[in-house]
Amino acid sequence: MARLNVNPTRMELKKLKARLNTAVRGHKLLKDKSDEMIRRFSVIIKESKRLRDEVEKELSEVLRQFSVARSVTPAYKAETAFAMPSVAISADCGAASIMGVEVPELSLQADRKTALLPYAYPEITSEADYSVECAVRLLPKMLQLAQTEKTVRLLADEIERNKRRVNALEYVMIPQLEETIKYIKSKLDENERAAVVRLMKVKSNG
Amino acid sequence: MKGKIAIVGDGDSITVFKAAGVATFPAETEAKAREVLRKIAREYKIIFLTEELARPLTEFLKRFDEEVYPVVLSIPSRSGSTGYGAEVLKSAMERALGVDILFNN
Repeated sequence: MARLNVNPTRMELKKLKARLNTAVRGHKLLKDKSDEMIRRFSVIIKESKRLRDEVEKELSEVLRQFSVARSVTPAYKAETAFAMPSVAISADCGAASIMGVEVPELSLQADRKTALLPYAYPEITSEADYSVECAVRLLPKMLQLAQTEKTVRLLADEIERNKRRVNALEYVMIPQLEETIKYIKSKLDENERAAVVRLMKVKSNG
Repeated sequence: MKGKIAIVGDGDSITVFKAAGVATFPAETEAKAREVLRKIAREYKIIFLTEELARPLTEFLKRFDEEVYPVVLSIPSRSGSTGYGAEVLKSAMERALGVDILFNN
């Protein structure tokens, strides 16, 4: 491992020792952070998998049902009925923090009157009504999945970054500092011995 | 904070959500979807995107992961799930943990 390019003086030695101390402490902290993030991540990813399976199943069901329902309604009637929905839903978008990583927090805004279907055409069959209702009911779950999956991706990025930091400290920074400290120490010792020998020589000559 | 919800996909898959009150943006091709996403990414906080369109746009979608919002979620379209969602989960898991703890294959 390459050693740092510094002068072998007591000043530098003191500075490097302080840096090594900080590096070791930082490494320990980051490692703990990494462990905890991974623990949380594995919980969240399991949740995400479960939600996705559910949503995919239910959504496919809804879409299948809806296309059946649509096929019994003339296309243009369906278009006009669905083209101008009388409600527009929106979501509450907050932010939470998991180990310092900012993640989204979503929930459906509840001001909607669920009893009313968003269109008022008698041509629409009850099957279509039903599938729209199903879609509305599925939305909160889809939002939850969106939130969880985004969290998974953000957390994965952060874990990766953190891992890189831990590795840089463990395998580059700390060995480098240790080696340099050792080098300076041996250099200083060497100087000291040289001084002692010189003194002895001077004394024996005089 | 209030956020709007949008869905991008082929016509048939998104109509039901239009009736449910979600803003819909029809896009049949990858290029069109890219254009639409670019346009609506600021305005809409939550964007659902069908898997058929999400798959070729994987690289493009990465830029949305640098910020908390917008949240882009791939959903199966009318023709059923293609397994894209599971793939995304898997790659995130492999990046973060280095091992597969869910799918075991």
